[in-house]
Amino acid sequence: MSSASGRFLPEMAKGILRENPTFVQVLGMCPALAVTNSVLNGIVMGAATTFVLVMSSLMISALRKLIPSQVRISTYVVVIATFVTVADFTLQAMLPAAHHEMAAFISLIVVNCVILGRAEAFASRNPVLLSIADALGMGLGFSLAMVLIGGIREVLGSGSFFGIPVFGPGFEPWVVMVLPPGGFLVLGVLLLALAKFAELRSRAEEQRSRAAGEEPR
Amino acid sequence: MTDAAASRNEALRLVATLTIAGLFSGISIVLAYRTTLPRIQANQRAALERAVFEVLPGTVRLERLAWDGAKLAAGEAGKGALQESIFAGYGADDALLGFAVPGAGAGFADTIKLIYGLDPSGERVLGMKVLESRETPGLGDKIYKDAKFVAEFRALVVDPVIELIKGHGERDNQVDAITGATISSRAVVKILNQTNTVWRPRIAALAAQPPEAGDASRPVPATSTILPPDVERGGPVPGGLTGDKP
Repeated sequence: MSSASGRFLPEMAKGILRENPTFVQVLGMCPALAVTNSVLNGIVMGAATTFVLVMSSLMISALRKLIPSQVRISTYVVVIATFVTVADFTLQAMLPAAHHEMAAFISLIVVNCVILGRAEAFASRNPVLLSIADALGMGLGFSLAMVLIGGIREVLGSGSFFGIPVFGPGFEPWVVMVLPPGGFLVLGVLLLALAKFAELRSRAEEQRSRAAGEEPR
Repeated sequence: MTDAAASRNEALRLVATLTIAGLFSGISIVLAYRTTLPRIQANQRAALERAVFEVLPGTVRLERLAWDGAKLAAGEAGKGALQESIFAGYGADDALLGFAVPGAGAGFADTIKLIYGLDPSGERVLGMKVLESRETPGLGDKIYKDAKFVAEFRALVVDPVIELIKGHGERDNQVDAITGATISSRAVVKILNQTNTVWRPRIAALAAQPPEAGDASRPVPATSTILPPDVERGGPVPGGLTGDKP
């Protein structure tokens, strides 16, 4: 147990940057493109997905020895769909305006492959605590990506951030940014920037190890 | 244990797992549904009421009027389909300000649902609010985001029909189309015109009803007169109660 709790933070941290579900694993693209036209939508989508991720990882990890492998995927989907429905109702009751704006995409969390992916790749083989850490990290990483894309698109496409205007009244919103093509554009540019960043970093590391007289990695 | 028995046990285990998962799922969903339902309904009611107050400025009290197939009568809020009832709005001095009429029709993308206010005589639109639409963000969604377009529906004459004009409409029954969202603009005007053909005769018939008939079904005696003086002046319209079947 002590080793498990020691691994809690690293397991969580990996999902946020190093294995970010959106930018590194490039999973769950449907919500990343469809609902990220404002910061608020990004936050709500991220929170709902994180909730479903954590709850289903907990459940699947706790029951991992009882679920026969032949029916594991269908069991996971039932569990995930249950929590998505619960999240859907809760959102409808608490934040009707946000729910109204992305109704169909909340239900579509069921088919977000980040969630099924974590259930299959992690929760079904790891103890409960670690699975929760993994789910939390992945959820936070996903939320981060949603808010980042949502922020850029809202600023450019609506001239506001979190509903607060950031430009003067003379600003003509770049409408395409809040439309689906804007999602593709922003995501593409972000992926490109991150790939360049990763390349620069690995090159710097290579040089450092060469300078230290070691074999280049 | 024979092979057949083993495989049967295995199959039973699979079925049992999925059954239990389904059972857990069903119970959780029912619990979540029951817990959130009152809140969700309250939200929807509040949203509808806000919309009604918006399209009938000055309203302090609402009354739901349901169409029972022959006449309009005070109906219980929340009963029956929304499309089959309208709301009468009363001002501070309990004078009838007008009727809020819900309408729906095809937009550019999916159905547009809206509500608009008609003055007591049913001849003027007082305000319009889109309740639900999936029009293109940035273009079609201007039907509710563009203040200028929304303002066109204040004091808009509905007779003979509301017309959509590209450019600047001069007459009182004309609405300027939104550039780049002609289809959505046209859809809104069409919904209003279609809904008017259904509801204006019914409202006229209500005006023609003898006040006593209205009184019997009205829960609040303080507002005994549902008819505004200017409509009442015309007196009962012969056949007004029966000649308006949709």
